[in-house]
Amino acid sequence: MSLMKSLMGAAAAVALTAGAALAEPALIFDLGGKFDKSFNEAAHNGAQRWANKTGGTYREIELQSEAQREQALRRFAEAGANPIITMGFAMADPLAAVAGDYPDTKFVAVDVNWLDAPNIRQVSFAEHEGSYLVGMMAAMASESGTVGFIGGMDIPLIRHFGCGYAQGAKAVNPDIEVVANMTGTTPAAWNDPVKGSELTKAQISQGADVIYAAAGGTGVGVLQTAADEGILSIGVDSNQNHLHPGKVLTSMLKRVDVAVYDAMTAGEDVETGVFTMGLAEDGVGVAMDDNNKELVSAQMADAVEAARKGIIDGDINVVAYYENDTCPALQF
Amino acid sequence: MDKMPKWADVILIPLISLILAAILSALVILAIGENPVEAVNLMVTGALGSTYGWGYTLYYATNFMFTGLAVAVAFHARMFNIGGEGQAMLGGLGVAMVCLYIDWPHWSIALLAACVGSALFGAMWAAIPAYLQAKRGSHIVITTIMFNFIAAAFLNYMLVNVMRPQGSQDPATARFPETVHLPTFQSMFSTAENALFRGAPANISFFVALLACVVVWALIWRTRLGYEIRAYGHSETGAVYAGISPVRITIIAMLISGALAGMMAINNVMGEAERLVLNSTEGAGFIGIAVALMGRSHPFGVFLAALLFGFLYQGGAELALWTSIPRELIVVIQALVILFTGALDNMVRMPLEKLFLSLRKGAQ
Repeated sequence: MSLMKSLMGAAAAVALTAGAALAEPALIFDLGGKFDKSFNEAAHNGAQRWANKTGGTYREIELQSEAQREQALRRFAEAGANPIITMGFAMADPLAAVAGDYPDTKFVAVDVNWLDAPNIRQVSFAEHEGSYLVGMMAAMASESGTVGFIGGMDIPLIRHFGCGYAQGAKAVNPDIEVVANMTGTTPAAWNDPVKGSELTKAQISQGADVIYAAAGGTGVGVLQTAADEGILSIGVDSNQNHLHPGKVLTSMLKRVDVAVYDAMTAGEDVETGVFTMGLAEDGVGVAMDDNNKELVSAQMADAVEAARKGIIDGDINVVAYYENDTCPALQF
Repeated sequence: MDKMPKWADVILIPLISLILAAILSALVILAIGENPVEAVNLMVTGALGSTYGWGYTLYYATNFMFTGLAVAVAFHARMFNIGGEGQAMLGGLGVAMVCLYIDWPHWSIALLAACVGSALFGAMWAAIPAYLQAKRGSHIVITTIMFNFIAAAFLNYMLVNVMRPQGSQDPATARFPETVHLPTFQSMFSTAENALFRGAPANISFFVALLACVVVWALIWRTRLGYEIRAYGHSETGAVYAGISPVRITIIAMLISGALAGMMAINNVMGEAERLVLNSTEGAGFIGIAVALMGRSHPFGVFLAALLFGFLYQGGAELALWTSIPRELIVVIQALVILFTGALDNMVRMPLEKLFLSLRKGAQ
């Protein structure tokens, strides 16, 4: 044990001396890979923005297997990388095992908020709040009284998106029909635009005329088909309004890039603790730009702004799916 | 008379295939502007240069040994079991149930029970395609690959709706209790002065895999059942003439195959993750096909091929960590090895056979 400590002490000393000159941040992408057009790519964009602005360099790895999670954390920590930024909830468990061994290294965990360690900055997003707002816009834009939701893989996180969306839609029109489908039950569901397109057609035949895609790369197919069939769609994570100008009602922004950029900017002094980025922190939001200006009426914009304020002030309570693993507005 | 000596078939051909794959990989690495010598160096030192590297290499090799043996046993009965992935997933479910729902006093008893549980679940998942093949003539390739998808959906349902601890976002079971954690190489081989295999996931199930290799060898070449399996694999009509029931052999061979694939879970679920996650198998079931092909369906060959693929996986991880070679290219390098050793076997074999024939003629 004492040897273990001295070894680690030596490693830390090496890391510190190296770190004085260059404590590079490290970024660990999840299995989706850094060009997934969505969650991981947003992190990549944030890191690139930091690198371009400061001229700094950072280490990165795209994970290929579950066993690499802990491996990558340890290897980067031993090489003196600081802070080490991880993407996705699946890193929580390995982080809990590793963080204690490297007390001088700061870890930043995106999409995690339940760990207990002094050197982890945990950043999670209030996706249900942003989804609530786009749900309101969907209900206001819908003429048929039916809106759709297409999720990627059927996991609690995606139900969380759909639940906020349904609550927002029902807040505008209590009689509205919300059709929800999941693309699949394997990780392949994150990258299946063809299936996304089929689900879109199926929902259109059920009367949906606005469809929200929270499905990673699958969403590209949803947005494409919606544009081809002449109905509206809603993008997710990044601003996807530009993909089909005038056909994408809005995008639910999840500012992963900001979380990564901020962490890299703060460097080794990054503040640890649990941080939730909701509407109040501009961590989530709706995308308004020239591409969807025509689609958003003044009345719609006002209603969304009022709801945004209401949620921030606590006047509107959006129920999170996690609270008791059910959704008051939608049955999955 | 054989066309060429045995050592050439077993050693020379795989070696030349490997060298060809390495040359092509080097060209690929050159083409993207990285230094291939440095890359190879990084892979070798990363995977074999320290006990830490060996700890990962052997961990992956353990997975591939189980799935490779699974495919090999089915090959001997001339069946192509490409459902190792699904069978290993179900094996994971078996391990998770054994570890979570029963209180075990000691890991050794839990390991025995987990072996039985994972083998049972894996075999059960292979039993239905086996029955469909034996009785209904539904092709085993089609049914086993479809059962992979059913296994993924089933596991997803179990993890999201049944086994996930309340309040957790991660579709995974709770951690297994401390008493069923398997001893890792780190705890087995480290001495007070010398910490070996630090942080590496290799664990005692490596030895279970070695044992499985020996048992499969004995089964195939030293028992009556193994003889029947091989006889059926060589000629179905011949086997029927000899009084061997095709239905029985099909089902038994697939049950053994499924059980072996399922047992992979004691390594990755019980030994490494210590909980069941959705993506626990990560394609090891498919790598098993390449391992069995390369190992010529012989347990010792499977062992060597599994080591090679373990090296490729761990070396690939080190490449991903310390260079900017994108992971897609690392997969390309791994695929080149599979292509040359598995699919393009004859490309090396035929010229070699000619060479040996002409050498022999020259000697006469």
